Amino acid sequence: MEQIVKNPADGASAYNFAYLDEQTKRMIRRALLKAVAIPGYQVPFAGREMPMPYGWGTGGVQVTAAVIGPNDTLKVIDQGADDTTNAVSIRQFFAKTAKVATTEKTAEASIIQTRHRIPEKELREDQVLVYQVPIPEPLRFLEPRETETRKMHALEEYGLMHVKLYEDIARHGHIATTYAYPVMVDDRYVMDPSPTPKFDNPKMNDMAALQLFGAGREKRIYALPPYTKVKSLDFEDHPFEVQTWEDECGMCGARDSYLDEVILDDKGNRMFVCSDTDYCAERQEAGHRGPQHHDQPLGTSKREEAAE
Amino acid sequence: MTQTNEPLLRVDNLTMMYGDRVGCKDVSFELRPGEVLGIVGESGSGKSTLLRSISAQQEPTNGVVEYQTRIDGVRDVYQMSEAQRRLLMRTDWAFVHQNPRDGLRMNVSAGANIGERLMAIGDRHYGNIRSNADSWLGKVEIASERLDDLPSTFSGGMQQRLQIARNLVTSPRLVFMDEPTGGLDVSVQARLLDLLRGLVHDLNLAVIIVTHDLAVARLLSHRLMVMQQGKVIEHGLTDQVLDDPQHPYTQLLVSSILQN
Repeated sequence: MEQIVKNPADGASAYNFAYLDEQTKRMIRRALLKAVAIPGYQVPFAGREMPMPYGWGTGGVQVTAAVIGPNDTLKVIDQGADDTTNAVSIRQFFAKTAKVATTEKTAEASIIQTRHRIPEKELREDQVLVYQVPIPEPLRFLEPRETETRKMHALEEYGLMHVKLYEDIARHGHIATTYAYPVMVDDRYVMDPSPTPKFDNPKMNDMAALQLFGAGREKRIYALPPYTKVKSLDFEDHPFEVQTWEDECGMCGARDSYLDEVILDDKGNRMFVCSDTDYCAERQEAGHRGPQHHDQPLGTSKREEAAE
Repeated sequence: MTQTNEPLLRVDNLTMMYGDRVGCKDVSFELRPGEVLGIVGESGSGKSTLLRSISAQQEPTNGVVEYQTRIDGVRDVYQMSEAQRRLLMRTDWAFVHQNPRDGLRMNVSAGANIGERLMAIGDRHYGNIRSNADSWLGKVEIASERLDDLPSTFSGGMQQRLQIARNLVTSPRLVFMDEPTGGLDVSVQARLLDLLRGLVHDLNLAVIIVTHDLAVARLLSHRLMVMQQGKVIEHGLTDQVLDDPQHPYTQLLVSSILQN
């Protein structure tokens, strides 16, 4: 446990390895162990103030800090991308406080902290996926009382979850919940995978990697041990479906990945790109090309086309 | 009306104390399937306390509440596990609140409100749930086209009828009602009472109805219990109690109704 960073050259020297003190990490690890022992159950933990605002991943950061070691390689994604503000700052945070190696490659990472997405590439047994969770309670939409929702979990009273789905179908003709889509874990606990898109729900099922969920503001931790059964809730006559796209990724031509829509101008031009930047980059390196890929950085090609 | 000799509900020496204060004291009665029991009395006489204690919402200080369950025979309601009790409360029992906002989910549609109990007991077929909800809407005289509307867009009387439909969808055998017509104007009250009387008869429901309105009690209930200061002071057939009251308080209560 003696992992205190001694480096007077930077401001991190006064902090313990990975920012949190060892007692706090032990407390979080105890919560994690309990969470792993009861898949899908929300374990309360004494969430700490972190040097970032709530909503920026304070829960995920605390979980990562509790499980990370000096030999780990960390990857952080935000909406699937490695290069967004949130991802960059959390990656730098651990590079500074824990001196760990960081990567943007899914295959090279031992710990992946994520907000929203599960990487397209299949995860392995030696990897840990840490989710940043804003609202851990799936029943809150219809039952705001925490005392009541806890009782409902304890007694497996999950009819209310289907009321939400019923309401979706009644209003939209199909289950319109596209993210934070409730799942049944190990035939026992209903869990909110929030805020991942439902596209990623099937990946949670029977995943080889350990999945840990941290909600900083709500001070809850929950987990899915490797190879846990995760089933998305649905109706017999309205079965669970994931999103599909008519387009392919404009850059790499992928048709099997989660696509983001990018508005190109104010004339209705748009394109779709993989939300998982690493997946997209890897495919491009392997020679895959999408219709908007002109072997140039995005944007320049458009201007040139206009000039022609 | 089919009546068996087995009581559906048996309340024995029920006492609810709030510290030194009496909520209700030494109440005993039996209720048979299809029977409607009215509990009347002035405000603060312990009617609602009694109803809460019988309906497993508030454990009494003393006394026993036994219910003839469908599968397990006679069970002491407060000796059941919480899971069993809550299952009983949302399947075989129903509770109609005075204020429909307490009994409805205001932020989901009428159909979802009616379907909630079905989904709670494991119904997972959207089409079936929806058609069931639709037919119940018809039974409480609400147009089908309102199925997907929010209860907040309903009038007070419609909300109350929706609450009744939502409660009866699992075919309960025992219904608790706390002032179901309170807060409704007289003509709406009359229609609601008419509807209730029809449903009670058709579905052979046992009902315990708390009201301070003697007219409601006379219309709906077969038997009447009059309460004062937490105690039952008179108990008998409704017509008997109202036409020939024995206790001075009941006499006062009956004489306070405007006669023509």
